[in-house]
This record gives sequence, structure tokens and C-alpha cells, in this order.
Amino acid sequence: MNERIIKILIEGFGKIMLASIKVTIPLTVIGFACAFVIALVMAMVQYTKVPVLRQIARFYIWIFRGTPLLVQLFLAYYGLPKLGIVLDAFPCAVIVFSLNEGAYCAETMRSALEAVPEGQFEAGYCVGMNYLQIMFHVVLPQALRTAFPPLSNSLIAMLKDTSLAAEITVADMFMSAQKIVGRTYEPLWLYSEVALVYLMYSTILTVIQRICEKKLSSYNSRETSVKKEAKA
Amino acid sequence: MSMIDIRNVKKTFGGTEVLKGIDLTVEKGDVVAILGPSGSGKTTFLRCINFLEKADEGTMTFDGQTYDLGHIRHRDIAAIRKKTAFVFQNYNLFANKTALQNVMLGLQVARHVPKAEAQKIGMAMLEKVGLSDRADHYPIQLSGGQQQRVAIARALATNPEIIFFDEPTSALDPELIGEVLAVMKQLASDGMTMLVVTHEMNFARNVSNKILFMDNGYVLEHASSKEFFENPKEERTKEFLRNISSQHDA
Ligand SMILES: Nc1ncnc2c1ncn2[C@@H]1O[C@H](COP(=O)(O)OP(=O)(O)O)[C@@H](O)[C@H]1O
Ligand SMILES: [Mg+2]
Repeated sequence: MNERIIKILIEGFGKIMLASIKVTIPLTVIGFACAFVIALVMAMVQYTKVPVLRQIARFYIWIFRGTPLLVQLFLAYYGLPKLGIVLDAFPCAVIVFSLNEGAYCAETMRSALEAVPEGQFEAGYCVGMNYLQIMFHVVLPQALRTAFPPLSNSLIAMLKDTSLAAEITVADMFMSAQKIVGRTYEPLWLYSEVALVYLMYSTILTVIQRICEKKLSSYNSRETSVKKEAKA
Repeated sequence: MSMIDIRNVKKTFGGTEVLKGIDLTVEKGDVVAILGPSGSGKTTFLRCINFLEKADEGTMTFDGQTYDLGHIRHRDIAAIRKKTAFVFQNYNLFANKTALQNVMLGLQVARHVPKAEAQKIGMAMLEKVGLSDRADHYPIQLSGGQQQRVAIARALATNPEIIFFDEPTSALDPELIGEVLAVMKQLASDGMTMLVVTHEMNFARNVSNKILFMDNGYVLEHASSKEFFENPKEERTKEFLRNISSQHDA
């Protein structure tokens, strides 16, 4: 590794970090937040068996899980203008990632809801609550707890998948690495560098996930009670 | 006038008639033990009169109001459920709520009782079942007997006119049955009206004042508990009692 490479890597690091803060992180956060809302709605209409909406949800999930993300991006960015729908690259990417991720997360949420025992509903009815009250206070919190690990994994996967947005001209961190490679012809060093930055972000998310899971574990592990008893 | 008068409850599951016309009269303060072999329809009957299952036909008169169980309106279901409570065989505590929150939820959410008051009632009910020191424990951190006592506290919190119990001790380890029965006995002596499906013959004999004996979807006997145990009328009842006592002797 000579001085020139070191200079390129230092310059590259700044640019990659800047692009990650300006594009990759916002794309991941906004995209996943929208995906989560979409997933909740799609899972609920299926779980509650709302007529028509339920079929729409199935259809949406079928389409978005059955076609490649890259094709969806190209279709939205290069294809839709032919129908007169022209979107800037970033909002286009946000929409496609939200819809794509939403379809996967909807399935996660639906199975988490279905894993909540029927007895929780029955007990809720017997203390006088109605469907929505039980859903909100009892069933949904339990389903979210169940869905938390797989949803976190989806978030981490999505962070990495945002690199595909570079294909529709979104100036994310992968695109910034590509640009420097184009100038310097050092693909080995720069793609390694950008890989390390992705690794850093996904490691941070993994650590956050672990901490949250520990916090959330109180009602499905006996550990805390044992600890409490030991202290007492 | 009786508190509850139930007539001719019928229920069919996929072509098999499980309840073939059940009648039951409950006076205020009654403790009715529902006995009968497994599969005779006891659970289904309790679930039908609390609308966890929809009966095909039958009527229920509750506090002077008569309802058609086959065509009951949502509004009536909600009104009746506000006056009743249910204790399940497998407790069904809200897994994401602590013991205290389990007891408070029906007050806070369904009846809009302010939090401080709900908390006060919740603690008092946990006290009653001897679990005030477990208020902050989640269900999974409690033994089966403790969970069932929390479930009873939850049932009591909303001040029901009657509590339905479906085999409240059947899922418990033998050494934990006593603590739950003790709580139920206390409720009975406090004058709570209770309908209890059970296989605990001592409870049926000594605590309950009436017996409903079911077999194969029919009521075979509806008698005072003294009469039932000392002077059973039906041959099927005698056989049931013989089987139970031979199980106990074994
Ligand atoms: N949801 C259901 N679907 C079909 N059959 C049922 C259902 N619930 C109960 N049954 C049947 O109804 C009969 C009575 O059941 P149950 O009321 O649970 O009896 P018990 O509580 O006296 O043991 C049984 O034969 C049982 O298999
Ligand atoms: Mg039963």
C-alpha cells in the first residue's frame, strides 16, 4: 500500500461517509418506516379478514415478492416516464424500497399476529373489551415482540440492498465509491472500503437490535423474575 | 325472580349435536358445580352462555331481560359481558401485561376507570387472592396456581354478578390445586354467584350448593348438591360417582 492509495482511501472515506449520511441512511430509515406502516396495514387487513382489502393485500404482496427488486427499480425509474409518471431518483427509490420491503414485512407481521393464541382474544372479550381494544392493548404488542427479530433482520438486509439504488442514479455511498473507482482505477481498495462502511452500519444495527431485544424480553423469559428473586 | 334462567340451549358442531337442550336456573349467591364426563358439553355450554361460541338456539333471562341466544345482538353481548366474568382452564392471562396490569385492563380500557382508581382496585383484588407481592410479575414469571389466582383477581376486578369457571384447576400440578380452590371457596363464602365446571368432587360436595350433571349433551340431573351426592336419581349418575370415587381410592 503506497502513499497514493492511502490518499485515495482517505478521500474516499470522506465521500463515502458523506453519501451514506446524505443518501443511504435517509433512504433506509424513510424506506423502512414507510414499509413498516404498509406492513402493519397489510397484515391487519388480512388478519382481520377485511373483504376486498384483504384480496388487494394478497395481490400486492404477490407482485412485490415475486419480482426482483432491481427490476422494480428500473420499471419505476425508466419505465413509468413512458406513462407520463416522472419521479426524481431519490423519491423513486424510497417508494420502491418501501413497497418492496413492505411486502416482506407484511408477511412477517401476519405470521406474528397469527402466532398470538386465540385465548388472548377470548380473555379480552370476557373482561369487556372490543376487538380493536384487544388488538391495540394485547394482540398487536405481542405480535410486534414476536416480529421484532425478523423485522430487524429485514432492516439490516434493506440497508445493504439500498446499494441497488445506484443503478437508477441515486448518489448513495456505493455510487460515490464507483465514481472514485472510475477516476482512480482502484476497484479492489475502494470496493473493500465501501464494504467496510456497510459492515460498520450493519454492525451498529445488530448491536441496537440486541439491546432492544434484551429490553423487550421481560415478558417472555423467566430470567428477570429469577434475578429479582435472587436480589430480594 | 331468578338471577339467570337459561332454557333449551342447543349447539351443533359440524353435524354433531353437542348440546341437546340445556336448562339451568341460577339464584343470586348460588355456587353451581357443573359435572359430567369429558366430552359431555360442559365447556361448550359455558362458552355459549358467554358468547365465546354462538348457540344455535336457546334463551337466557338475565336480571329480568330475556335474550334469544340464537339471534343475539352485539349490543346485548357487550351488556351481558359487563355483568359476567370468565376464568379459563389455561388461565389466558395477557402475556404482555404484568399481574396488576392484567387485573386493571378491563377497568381502564373497557370501562374507562381512571388509572389511579383502577390501580387501587387492582391491588385490592391481588391482595384478595394473596398475590399483592407479585403485582409486577409477568404471567410467564408466575406458577400455574399464581396465574390462575391472578385470573380470578382479573375476573373480580370488574365487579361481576356471576363468574364462570371452566375447570379452573385441571391444568395445575396437584400441589397447586389447593391454593386456587381456597380462593374460590372464599369467594363462595363472600356470596359470589359462581358457575363452576369441575372434576373436584370435594369442591362440588362441600362448596357448591347446586349440581348440574351433564352427559352427552343432556342435563341428567339438576339438584341440590346434598341431594345429588346422597341420593342420585339416575343410574348414569350413580355410575359416574362410582367411577370418580374408585379413581380417588386408586
Ligand atoms: N370448536 C369445536 N369444533 C368441533 N367440535 C367441538 C368444538 N368444541 C367442542 N367440540 C366437541 O363437542 C363435544 C363437547 O365438548 P366440550 O364442551 O369441550 O366437552 P367437556 O367440556 O364436557 O369435556 C366434544 O365431542 C368435542 O369434541
Ligand atoms: Mg371442558
